Amino acid sequence: MSEATIHDDHHDHHDHKPTGIGRWLFSTNHKDIGTMYLIFALVMLFLGGASAMVLRMELFMPGIQIVDPDTYNNLLTNHALIMVFGMVMPAGAGMANWMIPMMIGAPDMALPRLNNLSFWLLPMAGTMLILSMVVSYFPGTGTPVNTGWTLYPPLSVQSGMGMDFLIFTIHILGISSILAAINIVTTIVNMRAPGMTWFKLPLFVWSWLFTGLLLIMIMPVLAGGVTMLLFDRHFGTSFFDAAGGGDPVLFQHLFWFFGHPEVYVLLLPSIGVLGLIIPTFSRKPLFAYKPLVWFMAALTALGMVVWAHHQYTIGMSLNATTYFMIGTILISIPVGMMLMSFIFTMWRGAMTFETPMLFGIAIILMFSFAGVTGVMLAVVPADLQYHDSYFVVAHFHYALIPGSVFGLYAAVFYWLPKWTGHMYNETHGKIFFWWTTLSFNLTFFPQHFSGLAGMPRRIVDYSPQFADFNYLSSVGGMLFGLSHLLFLYIIIKTVKGGEKAPANPWEGSMIGTTGLEWTLSSPPPFHSFSTPPSVK
Amino acid sequence: MTTNETYFIPEPSRWPIISASGVFVLLFGFILFINDVGAGSMIMTAGFLMITYIFFGWFGTVIDENLKGNYGSQVSTSFRQGMFWFITSEVFFFLTFFGCLYYFRTIAIPYLGGEGQLGSSNLLWDGFTAHWPLINLPDATNYSPPKEAMGAGGIPLWNTIILLSSGATLTWAHWGLKKESKNQLVLGLIMTVVLGLIFFALQAYEYYHAYTAMGLKLTSGIYGSTFYMLTGFHGLHVTIGTIMLIVITIRSMKDHFTEENHFAFEAVAWYWHFVDVVWIGLYFFVYWL
Amino acid sequence: MSELKQIFKRGLLLIASTLFSIPAFAVREYNLPEPASTITREIYDLHMLTATVATIIMIIVTGIIVYALIKFRKSTGYQADQNFNHTWFGRWSWALVPAIVLGIDFSVAGSAVKTLGNIESHDPAAVTVKVTGSQWKWTYDYMEDGVKIVSNLNKDIPSTDDLYLRDVDNRLVLPINQRIRFLHTATDVLHAWWVPAIAYKKDSIPGYINETWTMIDKEGVYRGQCAENCGTGHAYMPIVVEAMSEANYAEWMNEQKLAMVAAVAESSADKTWPLAELMERGEKLYNTNCAGCHMPTGTGLPGVFPALKGSAVALGDLAKHNEVVLKGVAGTAMAAWASQLNDLELAAIITYERNAWGNDTGDAVQPADIKAAR
Ligand code: HEA
Ligand code: HEA
Ligand code: HEC
Ligand code: CUA
Ligand SMILES: [Cu+2]
Repeated sequence: MSEATIHDDHHDHHDHKPTGIGRWLFSTNHKDIGTMYLIFALVMLFLGGASAMVLRMELFMPGIQIVDPDTYNNLLTNHALIMVFGMVMPAGAGMANWMIPMMIGAPDMALPRLNNLSFWLLPMAGTMLILSMVVSYFPGTGTPVNTGWTLYPPLSVQSGMGMDFLIFTIHILGISSILAAINIVTTIVNMRAPGMTWFKLPLFVWSWLFTGLLLIMIMPVLAGGVTMLLFDRHFGTSFFDAAGGGDPVLFQHLFWFFGHPEVYVLLLPSIGVLGLIIPTFSRKPLFAYKPLVWFMAALTALGMVVWAHHQYTIGMSLNATTYFMIGTILISIPVGMMLMSFIFTMWRGAMTFETPMLFGIAIILMFSFAGVTGVMLAVVPADLQYHDSYFVVAHFHYALIPGSVFGLYAAVFYWLPKWTGHMYNETHGKIFFWWTTLSFNLTFFPQHFSGLAGMPRRIVDYSPQFADFNYLSSVGGMLFGLSHLLFLYIIIKTVKGGEKAPANPWEGSMIGTTGLEWTLSSPPPFHSFSTPPSVK
Repeated sequence: MTTNETYFIPEPSRWPIISASGVFVLLFGFILFINDVGAGSMIMTAGFLMITYIFFGWFGTVIDENLKGNYGSQVSTSFRQGMFWFITSEVFFFLTFFGCLYYFRTIAIPYLGGEGQLGSSNLLWDGFTAHWPLINLPDATNYSPPKEAMGAGGIPLWNTIILLSSGATLTWAHWGLKKESKNQLVLGLIMTVVLGLIFFALQAYEYYHAYTAMGLKLTSGIYGSTFYMLTGFHGLHVTIGTIMLIVITIRSMKDHFTEENHFAFEAVAWYWHFVDVVWIGLYFFVYWL
Repeated sequence: MSELKQIFKRGLLLIASTLFSIPAFAVREYNLPEPASTITREIYDLHMLTATVATIIMIIVTGIIVYALIKFRKSTGYQADQNFNHTWFGRWSWALVPAIVLGIDFSVAGSAVKTLGNIESHDPAAVTVKVTGSQWKWTYDYMEDGVKIVSNLNKDIPSTDDLYLRDVDNRLVLPINQRIRFLHTATDVLHAWWVPAIAYKKDSIPGYINETWTMIDKEGVYRGQCAENCGTGHAYMPIVVEAMSEANYAEWMNEQKLAMVAAVAESSADKTWPLAELMERGEKLYNTNCAGCHMPTGTGLPGVFPALKGSAVALGDLAKHNEVVLKGVAGTAMAAWASQLNDLELAAIITYERNAWGNDTGDAVQPADIKAAR
């Protein structure tokens, strides 16, 4: 395999690289498309982060600081949508693009042109999202989108034209995700090298198989829901209007039928990454690998049928509520299994603490915390107090940031040497780790308390009795935001140069796994495996 | 996964990025159009033309590559699996609307009528009683209630028979393909297309009748809303399916398919059967029950 | 250069002073407020139970990890135990761990199910209050007594005061030690009525009714806020409940009834009201009911809420003006006011709108006009 890299220049015509801008615009190469996904995600991280910074500045102290209520809610909506759909999902898909074909020994993704289409739909959706915000500054276009990312009617029927742009943003994003998921699932099922049997797959590949399946099942439902919203807004249907026999709550069911599995879409790729990082730096194979895969499957299935725990306050029947409560609490079993697997991989391992591992350990701790607050939320009577308060905001940032974003950061550090051919600066990496982790906790830990004390979410202004926690949270938020400038610096610096990375920079990465990515040079050749390698 | 041939990786292609732009232009125009802004309908048309152009271009390229024999069996498996997952996602799209219908009939409307555990919603709608199909709305100020509901006989029944037979003719054509009998293949496909067109025409007539004689409109409250949403999206899929059938009919005439290599045929057939099955669900849940 | 330095210095000073002044607010509340009703007390106990379970799990998880971090590091020369996965624990943990978690899950769920049953119980109540959320105020209907209270944000409190955004003009008054049943609904978009100390939240859904109940056991004033995003004014929808003894409550209720009878009599009295008096009443009513959107200055919020100052409707045909206010504008935030205000009140508001802020129509709209327009 390394042959291909040594004789790079006089190899067969398959290995020439397209040049110029066309290489990127028209790409059919999984690594180039993966790179574009990752860059897109990074840009979106800063956009979504910038809106979060405005939110935190506004909430710095009681009184209106810098934005009016509608602008606040508009930024809030965009913050969430950009982070979830623009940042985490594309970053996950970018990594899948880069790594899965290399791990399973495939020449590329199964459907390379479709792959490029899924990517290019994203910038289109991004433009549409920005239009949805800009359009409200034109006279006669009505209220900005001020609903929050859940887009609940009737408020979303009331909003102005920005809402139409947002609806189609979601349609485009939906198409993009479905196509990407189809491609990834097909790649995993059909493109494995001879001998790469199911239970030899690295955990990251498994996690994306389930993520892909989830996306195929849930994105159409969200698309259907927002389509109905569009019809109610413009074509006189009454899906969400009781006067015509409809019900606003139905939209919530559709949204969360998508929305809850969606949180596992965000979580699973990062769990997959942890399944590589923890064994590598513990120098010990992943503990309970097979059960872990089965529990992931269980999580996928269970995750599809518990959506209404976001809607305990809508007035469901006692039976339905009880069912959703117990179902939700049971999710602690598969997720607990995953974390247990990681903890006992570390147990009696020989650990070293490079940046990815530091993130890995911090994730286990902080995500467990998010999980146990999740179980608190799942308990219906208590949730009737927590719901729509900052306690929920705290829960989900603990789940989303350690659970998925930090997992992506860990992956970036873990794979940067492979992607760029250079080692990042370990000291910088460690500073970044401590800086983000501490400031993250400063930002979101206090929100549990303001929530319990009675502060509702999605408010632009609040009473001084909540001031102290919000103050801490805002200071933490700014520090957390600034840490990302260091992140950017590290990435740029590593791309540009640095110590040359060997094909396999991590001592433990080959222990107990058969992934093929480390057998390729760093950076890998343009076409990973022209002829399928075989796995013993 | 077990073959040793080289997997075909296409050269860089401009179709994806043009498609993405086409989608953007189409939707952008549509938004302006429904908000009565400026050149909406023109932009929309431009987007539509772009997408049509892409369909010809992109699929043309794929057909060319296929005819050149670039695709090995593994590529063809990828195509098949891709199509399978795509149809799965379509299934969930339709399940959404069926789910909504179920929700309205068994939860929302009975609640409005005073049933259910809490039961007090009826306080707000004096004199409203729950009954499906919903002819008397809780408050008809903004809606135009229908005069009557759809029956299960007549056109819908005919349409069921027509779609089911079109499934049969398509399978017959497939047998023809396997037997390498071009006549049977082409004849079967033409019959399928004709049946699809008849279905379409009957459906159009039914809509017309519903709008004019029955007063059943998109704005007729939840019965009209669900009726048109379900049958409308199904109709859209029939239309797309018929166009695809026409394309493969032409390709069959040009001898593009062989016994081993006929992915396009299979994809369209699967799609058509899927549309068939959805109709059966529709007939059962929308017209009959 | 020196100017730059000056700006820099001032900036630093500003940052430093905010940094040190804000923590001066002492931390007052960090948990659910002291419960003051039977049902919230039960929920509070459940909350404390789950929070304790959560804490214990976190301590165990953290404990194991910290131990591992200290013990199993390569730098101390520890060798990885490659056979660990094949010990009995490696082989059976997939069943063992889920079994333990399942046990915890069921004990948590078990106690929750009991409380849930109480929450959903439908025992008869002594007082039924219909709570209606609208953009952006609460309307309370005492179903048995026919009394109605409209509760708006008290806008006169400065943002440094603890009651900022937590006080209203008219409180909801309730008796203690009586079972109270709330019927939640809304007129326009979703809202949620939430007073943590005495009442858990349920959504207010337009066109549907949800129920909750409470039995308050301590006299006092309890505060809360709208807890479901309802648009521009979502932060400005506080709730204040005053719980009083049964005797005081009965007395209060009597006063309300008398006041109501008087208002109805006044509104239907066969009298022609002078412009000045209508303007005076109108201003007050406008400021509580309409200024939230159309602004006290009548300028609205450009692009969101139309200005009434100089608006074609407010200066034009009276019939059209009446119609907009009585029936609202479908599909917008402009609600129908016909059922919310009486003839006299509406006449006063409309008069005010037609004569304030330089709108000089000189019309003095009479209750009889409104009655005719209904
Ligand atoms: C990555 C994202 C992510 C993840 C993984 C989760 C995971 C979970 N979430 Fe969370 N959640 C969100 C993102 C996420 N959530 C978001 C974004 C929202 C708000 C959306 C909005 O309204 O805008 C939300 C809201 C939310 C609610 C609604 C709250 C409300 O609005 O009132 C609930 C209620 O049940 C809930 C529960 C859970 C549960 C039970 C899990 C479980 O999966 C957690 C399982 C994990 C563990 C339990 C920890 C590990 C296990 C052990 C250590 C074993 C021992 C543990 C026990 C015995 C308890 N979440
Ligand atoms: C993956 C998803 C994700 C991520 C990563 C984040 C990240 C952050 N979120 Fe987000 N958030 C959500 C998903 C996410 N959030 C969702 C779903 C909601 C609910 C929305 C709703 O209610 O509808 C929400 C809501 C939400 C709220 C609640 C607002 C409200 O209810 O009124 C707040 C408030 O503090 C907040 C803050 C933050 C902060 C400070 C970050 C930080 O982590 C961001 C840090 C990153 C950066 C800042 C990078 C950019 C850096 C720069 C631009 C450099 C310049 C720096 C400075 C100017 C200091 N978020
Ligand atoms: C929740 C916000 C809200 C409140 C409260 C509100 N309005 Fe409005 N009002 C609106 C909106 C939005 C419109 C614009 C409707 C449209 O698009 O035609 C409007 C329009 C009007 C108009 C027509 C103005 C024009 O030029 O078209 C009048 C008159 C009016 N309101 C009077 C009132 C009165 C009187 C009250 C109080 C009793 C009131 N409004 C309270 C939101 C509100
Ligand atoms: Cu009413 Cu929020
Ligand atoms: Cu959830």
